[in-house]
Amino acid sequence: MNFSQIDPWILTLASVTVFITLWMGFRSAKSSKSASDFFVAGRSVSVGWNASAISGEYLSAASFMGIAGMVMSSGYDALWYPVCYACGYLFLLLFIAGPLRRFGAYTIPDFAEGRFDSPLFRRIAVCFVLFIGFFYTMPQMKGAGTALSYILPGLPYWVGVVVVGAVITLNVALGGMKGITLVQAVQYWIKMFAISAPIFVLLSVFGGYGHNLSLNHSSKDIAQPPIVQHIDSAAPQRKALPEKAPKDDAWIAPFGPLTTKAVKAAADALPVEQREAFLAQNKKPYSLLYTFSLIVALVCGTAGLPHILVRFYTNPDGIAAKKTTMWVMILIGIFYVFPPIFGVLGRNLMPELYTGLAGVKGTDAVVLRLPTLIAQKYGVLGSVLSGITCAGAFAAFMSTFSGLLVSMTGALAHDVYGRMISPNSTPAQRMRMFKWCAVLIGSISVILGCFVEPLEINFMVGQAFAIAAASYFPLLFMSVWWRGMTMKGAAAGMLVGGLCALVAAAATNASNLALDKGPMGKIFAGFTPLNHFWAGHPLLRILCEQPAIWTVPLAIILMVVISKATRSSIPSDARMKMLVLHAPEALGLKQEYIQEHQGSGH
Amino acid sequence: MSPITPKETDFIHSEEFLHGLMKRQLKLSVSCASAFLLVLFGMPLLNYLAPELMAQRVAGFTLSWLVLGVLFFPYVWVIARLFITRSVALECAEVDHAAAGNKRQS
Repeated sequence: MNFSQIDPWILTLASVTVFITLWMGFRSAKSSKSASDFFVAGRSVSVGWNASAISGEYLSAASFMGIAGMVMSSGYDALWYPVCYACGYLFLLLFIAGPLRRFGAYTIPDFAEGRFDSPLFRRIAVCFVLFIGFFYTMPQMKGAGTALSYILPGLPYWVGVVVVGAVITLNVALGGMKGITLVQAVQYWIKMFAISAPIFVLLSVFGGYGHNLSLNHSSKDIAQPPIVQHIDSAAPQRKALPEKAPKDDAWIAPFGPLTTKAVKAAADALPVEQREAFLAQNKKPYSLLYTFSLIVALVCGTAGLPHILVRFYTNPDGIAAKKTTMWVMILIGIFYVFPPIFGVLGRNLMPELYTGLAGVKGTDAVVLRLPTLIAQKYGVLGSVLSGITCAGAFAAFMSTFSGLLVSMTGALAHDVYGRMISPNSTPAQRMRMFKWCAVLIGSISVILGCFVEPLEINFMVGQAFAIAAASYFPLLFMSVWWRGMTMKGAAAGMLVGGLCALVAAAATNASNLALDKGPMGKIFAGFTPLNHFWAGHPLLRILCEQPAIWTVPLAIILMVVISKATRSSIPSDARMKMLVLHAPEALGLKQEYIQEHQGSGH
Repeated sequence: MSPITPKETDFIHSEEFLHGLMKRQLKLSVSCASAFLLVLFGMPLLNYLAPELMAQRVAGFTLSWLVLGVLFFPYVWVIARLFITRSVALECAEVDHAAAGNKRQS
């Protein structure tokens, strides 16, 4: 590690964020006394705090670093990510948030067991909390390794993953859910400031959003140059793009590098004379399919993320849950306008990032590196702004990883230990187990994080969404709105849909890692033949890379068919449960349901 | 104030009440979801079927970039706001409806 290359501003601002996070975690830990505090923050969090905390937890490394990196590398196609990340909450609001809160459980496995009176189903549901959680923690670890390697030049990627993973695990083990609610709410505002303040300065120096976008000519512009180019001609011009960067018209137009990757790989495998005809016939239809599947994954996946859903149980009632969701959409929607601007500016002003690895020196670091350009004009301000974005990046992966740890640890400590292994355990024993489970989950996450350096942050998060979309979303949507659903139908749909998405995502990741020129390429070399297979079957590759378009309907169809076939096992009190899920709180049905089920574990 | 626990013979335990309640809630959710999905799935289709139109420049942005990267967010906020307002009103109406049903039964 070269200490002379360390920028003191960047190091200081990132360290301050880490210390504030730790300090607040320790402070809040003192007020987390009961099991309820640990798991659902005593169900007492106000709409404003909860909306900020959910937004803080949701805006992960993928949102803070990954979107900008992906917009820079893939252009328009990557815009679907921020839009669906934010707007997917509408589905949650419309169909799930209110009923879920009214049901009154601690976790999603609680809901699964309570809705179908089946401890077996709880076990199945717990598995998916862990599957989705681990898929989601990997990109957070990648963000941690990337950011720390940038702050401390020369530091190996894995050291960043281990250090950040250890710090957050300690924080969660001490504070639980109540500890992190305050931390995450504050971190939302840190992230909002960190993503927006540098953008305003950058835009004032390097020209507006529209101006920078207009420097990328579409095929239409080449025939007819846009007027706006001449308006702001005093602003600095773009740098020359390297060979690896996508061409302007492919970058700015829909159906660009991201969604046409599979078809292009298939075309490259054909004889030269057949390539053009193949691309002309298949490029746009396959790309449209990819886009639709991505939309389904992100919209349905948002409504099925366990670490987000658990937060709705911290609202006082169903109306508060709905209001919280709306405020979350506003808070994160405003945030998501900014990362694509980094991507656009990065393409024009820092094209050298295209030539690096996908990781540390690649486009994923554009948010961290771009503000340093200000230094050419305003000296130390560049370092300060870069320090601010580093602080935001730390807040991003720390808050999301904290939330994931609480959710996965809750599943292990509350569902596996408290319900299955030792149902008679005391609250003190459960809290002690929570701390040990946090250490276990944190350690596994760090190990997994060390393997994913060559993969794009945003791509990995998208896969976690696809798994959530095919497992929890159909479960929640159908359980809330269809009283004819049986446990067997729900379990079969969730298992088959979720596992299909999981296997498809894992196969795509393994084949991508096999292409890596570093050590990961050697570890995953066994998957190289898969890349030859994809080249011959681009449609199958798209359906594996973005599986939601077939796994979500598959899960729902299975739920309906198997529930109809096993209709004799519909829970006897299904009507009462539907009343509890849908009736306004003022009617008092929830209270009646709780009295009825006192002692039976609901 | 905590709500009063209803009796089992109350109107709210009837099939009629549950069916009507879920139907009205679902109607509201589906109509809001339709407005959202129409634009969300309509955008890729427009990009596919009318690429020239979507490539038009507006203040430096292509139309497709402007709609997706900037304007789509406020559009969704409006749908969310409308849903919450109507859903709160619907809940009040359901409470009144339940009270009227109980009165009729007694």
